[in-house]
Amino acid sequence: MASLLVTGANLLGRGATDLLVEDGVITEVGSIRSAKGADVLDADGLVALPGLVDLHTHLREPGREDAETIASGAAAAAVGGFTAVLAMANTNPVTDTAEAAERILDLGRATGLVDVVPVGAVTKGLAGEELAELGLMHRSRARTTFFSDDGKCVHNARVMRRALEYVRAFGGVVSQHAQDPHLAGPQACAHEGELSGRLGLPGWPGIAEESIVARDVMLARHIGSRVHVAHVSTAGTVEVVRWAKAQGIDVTAEVTPHHLVLTTDLLAGYDPTFKVNPPLRPQEDVDALRAALADGTIDAVATDHAPHARHDKEHAFVDAAFGMLGLETALSVVSDVMVRGGLLDWAGVARVMSQSPARIAGLAAHGSTLSVGDAAHLTLVDPAAEVTVDRGASLSLSRNNPWHGRTLQGAVHATVFGGRVTAQKGALA
Amino acid sequence: MSTTTTARRTHRHLLSSADLDRGQVRAILDTAAEMHGVQQREVKKLPTLRGRTVVNLFFEDSTRTRSSFEIAGKWLSADVINISGKGSSTSKGESLRDTVLTVAAMGVDALVIRHHASGAAQQVSQWVDAHVVNAGDGTHEHPTQALLDAYTMERRLGDLEGRHVAIVGDLTHSRVVRSNLITLRTLGARVTLVAPPTLMPSGIGAWAAAEGFALSNDFDAVLPTADAVMMLRVQRERMSGGFFPTPREYTVGYGLTRPRLDVLMAANPDAVICHPGPMNRGLEISPDAADAASSLVLDQVSAGVAVRMSVLYHLLAGGEGEDS
Ligand SMILES: [Zn+2]
Repeated sequence: MASLLVTGANLLGRGATDLLVEDGVITEVGSIRSAKGADVLDADGLVALPGLVDLHTHLREPGREDAETIASGAAAAAVGGFTAVLAMANTNPVTDTAEAAERILDLGRATGLVDVVPVGAVTKGLAGEELAELGLMHRSRARTTFFSDDGKCVHNARVMRRALEYVRAFGGVVSQHAQDPHLAGPQACAHEGELSGRLGLPGWPGIAEESIVARDVMLARHIGSRVHVAHVSTAGTVEVVRWAKAQGIDVTAEVTPHHLVLTTDLLAGYDPTFKVNPPLRPQEDVDALRAALADGTIDAVATDHAPHARHDKEHAFVDAAFGMLGLETALSVVSDVMVRGGLLDWAGVARVMSQSPARIAGLAAHGSTLSVGDAAHLTLVDPAAEVTVDRGASLSLSRNNPWHGRTLQGAVHATVFGGRVTAQKGALA
Repeated sequence: MSTTTTARRTHRHLLSSADLDRGQVRAILDTAAEMHGVQQREVKKLPTLRGRTVVNLFFEDSTRTRSSFEIAGKWLSADVINISGKGSSTSKGESLRDTVLTVAAMGVDALVIRHHASGAAQQVSQWVDAHVVNAGDGTHEHPTQALLDAYTMERRLGDLEGRHVAIVGDLTHSRVVRSNLITLRTLGARVTLVAPPTLMPSGIGAWAAAEGFALSNDFDAVLPTADAVMMLRVQRERMSGGFFPTPREYTVGYGLTRPRLDVLMAANPDAVICHPGPMNRGLEISPDAADAASSLVLDQVSAGVAVRMSVLYHLLAGGEGEDS
């Protein structure tokens, strides 16, 4: 099998280093004079990170292949620097059986671009009532350990308790979309505050998230199980997670790139591009999320990449679909806000975008320290590159990109998946 | 008709009451007064909008508002077409954009939009070339209602500068209150919003502080200083929504009952009563109050046509930039 020599990369802050990959594995790190027959990737001035891992990707296959397929989503992921993505279960049909999980695994493998890891539903049909076949999904070839009803909250406390108890037997984790459906009503679509009051948009109050997270960490403590909080959006949730970690409760949390930057003011023009669940929050929450990501209270960045066909967004705001694209821009957003903003160094980015998510999802082959013997999943980043986001250039089948027209500093230069360059400079290799 | 009323048309659309500064509101109300005069004539038609097409695109039923716009357009000699949009379509079938582009493609000069969703008129205005008039969007705004309310109140009270208007009822779900608040403030009136805490919009405290209006949960405390009391309709579906315990309790706390009517009249014999209709008699307003001499309810309806004629005139007559 072909070998690859990456030269001059800044390896997680270790200075210019060469890196040799053979048969998909890192075989040499240091100053490498030559490697006969190897393809050479000149990484002078680039930062090498372990391949990025996304805990929260919506691929729309099966069911809505007009919005995204596993192949198109994998391509977007590769271009965005990802080598593994967790595909959320809220497809049609829902990923709530072993067969469904294996099918997604196989479709992902066929792309050869990225590991597509199926997330199992917690409850049958995401209905929040009966447990899905959690154990069978775990026993399947998909080896599912990460479960979520994302898009919906497991709001019944008894069902959540049973799920946490059940998956504990095989080291599973439940990722909760925290949204109390009674506190955030069925039409909730905008951060509940002064602006939603003025705009007449149904409010989605922060307390609807915080109260569920508070309940879940107490359940996790009671049961001795692991819980993961999807897309934290408020300062109050950060406080709960910080407290829980201080108590030794086994909780992890993720934040999306959009919640690290975009604020609820963007809703003033009723543009459904900015309609997302949980909603964009005020600046105080954004600031708290950045600080929590920097200090480790929030473990990971996860995209919540949510592609939608144009006609599903071209409705009145309350009727439009929730969600925004994220795979292709995530690294640039984190680079721009966290690295350029002095809140994280590149080792920190490796932690929040690769190592922590890989650990949370139990992906042993991902999130390495780029040492000899590790699987060769790499993301090469050009920290100086300025990119102006163009939604038209996306490999996703959808165009609901909230970053369109924004200039961000830091860009994925190339992605290496299993020793093979999958993407370079915004295109598949 | 005189065209000395020269609102500067800085906007091609009327989407929000905030689109209109004081001069523009003044111009619309002054023109409305002239239009109101026309309404008293035997032959009501003016040739002003001959050859223009106005489409009433109503995604939500409102016979009252639709008829009012329809008559307004017809008396200005426009061709008026009513199209009722489908009910709520969530992420399925035709998008809102496709629907309005299809209508606009027929060669429409103005689209009068009524929609169950807040912001719909504003979104539509970004997709079409036609002038867009917001005829009520979700729980957001209803700018022509606010104009006709101001017009009606002015006819009785005179200049609204410094006058005290109490708006009472379901503030959270009312499109009327948001527009009225803006227009009344634009005209210099003092406004107090009165509701139980559960029917106050979120963040209204900061909003009130920023824009200088008052809030109260105590109708009886506000009543004696009011020059105008505007009662809002309580939607039937809110009664079981946990916003207040029972209709009876609501009436006791926030209804314009006979005793409250007496207090109001004793404190200020010139005070007026408004209601955007349709009224829940016996719930938010007693029959005595609805039919009192101080009630402007029917005047509001009749002013609606004149005000909408004026709005269509200011948006459509002549064309861009002619009114300098
Ligand atoms: Zn979610």
